[in-house]
Amino acid sequence: MTALLTPRNVFIVALIALLALLPVYALLTGHTFIVTLFTRIVILAMAAVSLNLIMGFGGMVSFGHAAYIGIGGYVIGILAKEGIGSGFVQWPLALLVSGLFALSVGALCLRTRGVYFIMITLAFSQMIYYVAIGLDRYGGDDGLTIQKRSDFGAIFDLSDRTRFYYLCLVLLLITVYLLRRIVNSRFGLVIQGGRSNERRMRAIGFPTFRYKLICFVIAGMLCGLSGVLLANHTNFISPAIMHWTRSGDLIVMVVLGGMGSVFGPVIGAVALLVLEEALPYAIGFASYLIVGKEVMGAREYWQLILGPMLLLIVLFARGGIDGLLMRARRD
Amino acid sequence: MLYFIEQCLNGIQLGMLLFLLAAGLTLVFGIMDLVNLAHGSLYMIGAYFAATFAAWTGSFVAGAVLALGASLLVGMAVEVTAIRRLYGRDHLDHVLGTFGLILFFNELVRLIWGPAGMTLSLPSQMLSAVQVLPGVYYPVYRLVIIITTLVVALLLYVLVMRTRVGMLIRAGASNREMVGALGINIKLLYTLVFGLGAALAGFAGLMQAPILTVQIGMGENILILAFVVIIIGGIGSIRGAFVASIIVGLIDAVGRAFLPDLLRLFLSNNAASTLGPALSSMMIYMLMAAILVFRPEGLFPAANR
Repeated sequence: MTALLTPRNVFIVALIALLALLPVYALLTGHTFIVTLFTRIVILAMAAVSLNLIMGFGGMVSFGHAAYIGIGGYVIGILAKEGIGSGFVQWPLALLVSGLFALSVGALCLRTRGVYFIMITLAFSQMIYYVAIGLDRYGGDDGLTIQKRSDFGAIFDLSDRTRFYYLCLVLLLITVYLLRRIVNSRFGLVIQGGRSNERRMRAIGFPTFRYKLICFVIAGMLCGLSGVLLANHTNFISPAIMHWTRSGDLIVMVVLGGMGSVFGPVIGAVALLVLEEALPYAIGFASYLIVGKEVMGAREYWQLILGPMLLLIVLFARGGIDGLLMRARRD
Repeated sequence: MLYFIEQCLNGIQLGMLLFLLAAGLTLVFGIMDLVNLAHGSLYMIGAYFAATFAAWTGSFVAGAVLALGASLLVGMAVEVTAIRRLYGRDHLDHVLGTFGLILFFNELVRLIWGPAGMTLSLPSQMLSAVQVLPGVYYPVYRLVIIITTLVVALLLYVLVMRTRVGMLIRAGASNREMVGALGINIKLLYTLVFGLGAALAGFAGLMQAPILTVQIGMGENILILAFVVIIIGGIGSIRGAFVASIIVGLIDAVGRAFLPDLLRLFLSNNAASTLGPALSSMMIYMLMAAILVFRPEGLFPAANR
């Protein structure tokens, strides 16, 4: 049993417990904004988990993953605008559209590898971004306000903040569990084998292209689901969430948390987004320590610190936070 | 017809601009095997430098020359401090590291120049339009862009194909260990190549500065177009980048101008004006997809890859 009590497992359980108890804390202190913030974190963690499936396990570095968040969100937004409010129609359709887009883009992109793959996924997501800007009927550049969250009738009410948070958290945990099952299945082993040596996998008779394509589609659909949740969370969808820098953020979350670790991206998403919230305060505090008073406007420049920090993580901590936790076990 | 010629000129002008960016990207990729997302930041910095120096010296040309030199220096400084550590690593590391640089540069620019954009005004003689063909008037400055970029492309060709440094650059692209073994300072060569790429990006930025507002993040969207260009042209090939930039520029400008009208022939007016803009922004990506299907290595694959 002692093998279960590694620093890493303790950390993961603590993080899940923290996420689960968060609304209670918010209720006790009255800081309800924290639930809103963490709903967003949980949703983006889901997107990062889906990206990790193709990037961490399949070795397919997709730089266009935010496009699926946008597709999922836009399906909800467009259907809501056209008067179809039922979640039973909206959600499956959103997943279907994300899956079909992943299928067609994947069929093209997976013909290439390496840098080409990075740039092509980037270019296709940029294409979707411009298409969304071109959709004048659905808000174009300004985005589309969603009047009403998906309607699940009497079964589930999405409009309650706390309930919605728990729904997102449960869906995230299911996604993580699903991913764990996938990567340890025969299918997942083929995908991972393809990452280490694709030619060898083909030589022993696996049609790696098909396996990778299916993997790409699964990741696209999971990310589409996070888009569905995000649109319902913010009641708004705009091209900005598909901007390529958002795809970059997702990659950062995955690498920060630990690539190729099932739970890593969740840690990465929480770490990055909490850091984004906390860095401005940290800068304010640091300037207070250094010059004795708060430097006006210094807080705004948190990206000046975040950027080099990313560079350092890349250079010195390849396994991400999860890698550090793993190493803690070995010592 | 006149409108068509004008749009073609616009397309060529956009293509020339893309070439300046794509040439730097493809040089850096071909020689150092590095994916540089921060290339767009160098473009932005070139534009900011140009706006600042032009205001300082009171002359557009002096400002442009100073900005070009400054971009070169910034590029070499970035190479020495950060980029150098990324060589030989995974492409994902390049993506992440240079993505971090983008965040850094955006904030740095905001810190130095403030969040509001800048404008750069042109000397009065460049503001007029000239008659390029009977009945076709075209702004002088846009012609200046086309011509200077052509000159730069020619110089780049001479530099890479006809000089000793160019010979080393080409040698570095085909076999870096051998070049190092023959006693060439490969580190210095890399710094120079990166600086050259930065100067080209900065040049693109400063040429574009008078047409657009100089603002934070201006290099990010055009960078993706430059990526599309080098995919179509073949990664690592400057000639491919040149041809592909003109194709992409023409398709983009002409498509935007004429596709909505073309759609009106087949669709209702309403549907055409909805679909038109969305479809015309998709066209170059569809071209890229087609290239990928039929010639995955690009139009002019670099010989040694």
